[in-house]
Amino acid sequence: MFDNLGSRLQTVFSGLTSKGRLSEEDIDNAMREIRRALLEADVNLQVVKTFTARVREKALGADVLSSLTPGQMVIKIVMDELTQLLGGTLSRLTLSNRMPNVIMLVGLQGSGKTTAAAKLAYLMRKKGKRPIMIAADVYRPAAIDQLEALGRELQIPVYRGESDDPVTIARDGVRYAVDNMLDLVIIDTAGRLHIDDKMMDEVARIKQATQPDQILMVIDAMTGQDAVTVADAFAQRLDFDGLIMSKLDGDARGGAALSIREITGKPIKFASMGEKPDALEEFYPDRMAKRILGMGDVVSLIEKASEIGEDSEYSDDDAERLMQGKFTFDDFLKSIKQMRKMGGLGAVAKLLPGGEAMKQVSGQMDEAQIDRVEAIIFSMTERERINPKILNGSRRARIAKGAGVEVVDVNRLIKQFDQASKMMKQMQKQMDPGGGKGSSKRGKRGKGKQRPPQKKPRFGLPGTNFPGFN
Amino acid sequence: MSWYDKLNDGLSKSRERLAGQLNSLVGRGVDLDDTFWESLEDTLIMADLGLEPSEEIVSRLKREVAAKAFTSVEQVKEHLVSAIADEFETVGDPFKLNPVTVLAVGVNGTGKTTSVGKLAKQAVDEGKTVVLGSADTFRAAATEQLDIWAQRADVPIIKRDRGADAASVAYETVEHAEELGANLTLIDTAGRLHTSLDLMRELEKVQRVTRDRSKTPTFTVLVMDATTGQNGLIQAREFNKALALDAVILTKLDGTAKGGIALAISKELDIPIVRIGVGEDIDDLRPFEPHEFARALIGS
Repeated sequence: MFDNLGSRLQTVFSGLTSKGRLSEEDIDNAMREIRRALLEADVNLQVVKTFTARVREKALGADVLSSLTPGQMVIKIVMDELTQLLGGTLSRLTLSNRMPNVIMLVGLQGSGKTTAAAKLAYLMRKKGKRPIMIAADVYRPAAIDQLEALGRELQIPVYRGESDDPVTIARDGVRYAVDNMLDLVIIDTAGRLHIDDKMMDEVARIKQATQPDQILMVIDAMTGQDAVTVADAFAQRLDFDGLIMSKLDGDARGGAALSIREITGKPIKFASMGEKPDALEEFYPDRMAKRILGMGDVVSLIEKASEIGEDSEYSDDDAERLMQGKFTFDDFLKSIKQMRKMGGLGAVAKLLPGGEAMKQVSGQMDEAQIDRVEAIIFSMTERERINPKILNGSRRARIAKGAGVEVVDVNRLIKQFDQASKMMKQMQKQMDPGGGKGSSKRGKRGKGKQRPPQKKPRFGLPGTNFPGFN
Repeated sequence: MSWYDKLNDGLSKSRERLAGQLNSLVGRGVDLDDTFWESLEDTLIMADLGLEPSEEIVSRLKREVAAKAFTSVEQVKEHLVSAIADEFETVGDPFKLNPVTVLAVGVNGTGKTTSVGKLAKQAVDEGKTVVLGSADTFRAAATEQLDIWAQRADVPIIKRDRGADAASVAYETVEHAEELGANLTLIDTAGRLHTSLDLMRELEKVQRVTRDRSKTPTFTVLVMDATTGQNGLIQAREFNKALALDAVILTKLDGTAKGGIALAISKELDIPIVRIGVGEDIDDLRPFEPHEFARALIGS
């Protein structure tokens, strides 16, 4: 199996952290591994060279080598530099007061512009905008149909125009938006090669005709060394404002993103994390750096959890009961539901430290397995769920039949349940009887709403210590 | 402009750099310094060959240069070309078979639908009977897109509404192809990330159903974008694990991307690159020639 950048660096650093003192040779070894890891993550070679030189210089600083925990210091340096490379802080989409705002999407063929247009429109509508999408890709067969179908699904209007000239379509589309009081125009342009002069000239004319507030280049997270060449050419011709990274929900390490930011100075504004319309997220460089390093994106997870906090599956009564260490199969079900709301097991695991590694261990992180667990619990009676002790042989056989599984599967689940509830009891003992632990973090990052002090315990991060998978 | 010129054109930057390096190599004779080898390795890395393959190729060339006492830059270039070309698996082009059924698979946006459309048109021009199946029932308007290609090639297409079962489209396609006695049956599938377990399983089902129903040999071809970096190898591995791939089509070589990842894929999975896409025209989907590819890559 491959190592991801995070686990690579962790291996390097576990070597470093175990030493009290670091020699120049140690640092050089670490830099070699970092170079290797970054190249495998498709970070541009030139960027790798400057990056390792910069880290090396800082790591050799006197206060690092003589510090008590030099390994930790080197990790911090790498982390900081990586965040810097990704753009430092969050780069928000800035729109003017003009009406309508115009956003134009550009990029190579197959980078995901049409999908990104729909996702962006969906996101902006959530933020109170009234978007319209303009289908200006007259070249790829059925590209306009594709945008129209997406618009229909999301109930976002699409302008396709009569003309076969993209410049005319774009110009007319903006006028249409004005006439119909729509305040955000998203122009989906055709995919084009950066070396195709005619096509690059055309997109420059669309820019001229529509004067976009923002031009965003859509780039595939899986792109290799060439990403920089492509982005640079688009930057010179269009002076675009920022990037949307597509297909980041795969296991591509997104080194292209790092490189483009470094070489062109254009920030990454959004990342697309899945097939669903709400899978476009604002891009937080520091979190991304942590994720690349395998340190997990706990902040995102907490945000996700607090987003669903309002309609948490757990009631206050549940909380009370759980505090006393009484755990039932219904709670099991609730934790499954809670996790699904957060985007499923895979999505949650990805955000956790070591999550990527966890995912790779085996098929244990399998959604199908969760479905099976659910089916088994659904086949239990109310009484059995609350009091699993009554689950004798014939009951187990009946449940297995009902859920379409083998009795051993039911036995395994019950065993895991027992272990989980034992763990739960131990946890409760260790916890401050005052309880209410996890909610303390919420206030800071929440939505600014004052929440009454609550007793709801969080049991770590919801869904993450999901029992039944060990 | 021929495809070779186009390919060469796109690769001119690395070619010039490498040519310069190789020329200075001759001037310095066999006394090559580390800077030279390092910049050669850099050139290969920039072509997306990957760090380890690049290191291997360089060390191999180093040995050969030392052992064979080259006298001309041409000899060195030829050795580098064959060092790269020899690594490609070359046997097993499914499009040489008749009749045959081919499934096109890959991640999103690599050019599956376009490739299938072009292959259909080419086969028709060769006088073959072709049937298309649009088993991409997920992406909006994917079927419409393939439908336009079917019209261009004037071939029948089997399609269903969006959201329909992909495997059943494949089944029907094979059935229809059999009735017509088609020489080539091409089935387009929805793009999916190799990390999506559910979607990979759906694809396994499409393949299984196709294989079970089809009386002709069934091949599964991975369509890969030449701009893909090192993740391409991971993609190929995962698709191979699920589907046992037979070949690769490498698209979008008309930009500045070098498609070096194709080497690692071909070598590791023992499958050939059977077509490369070097432009928008139908004839721009070409058979793959390892020596010409390698030559264009280093600019010989």
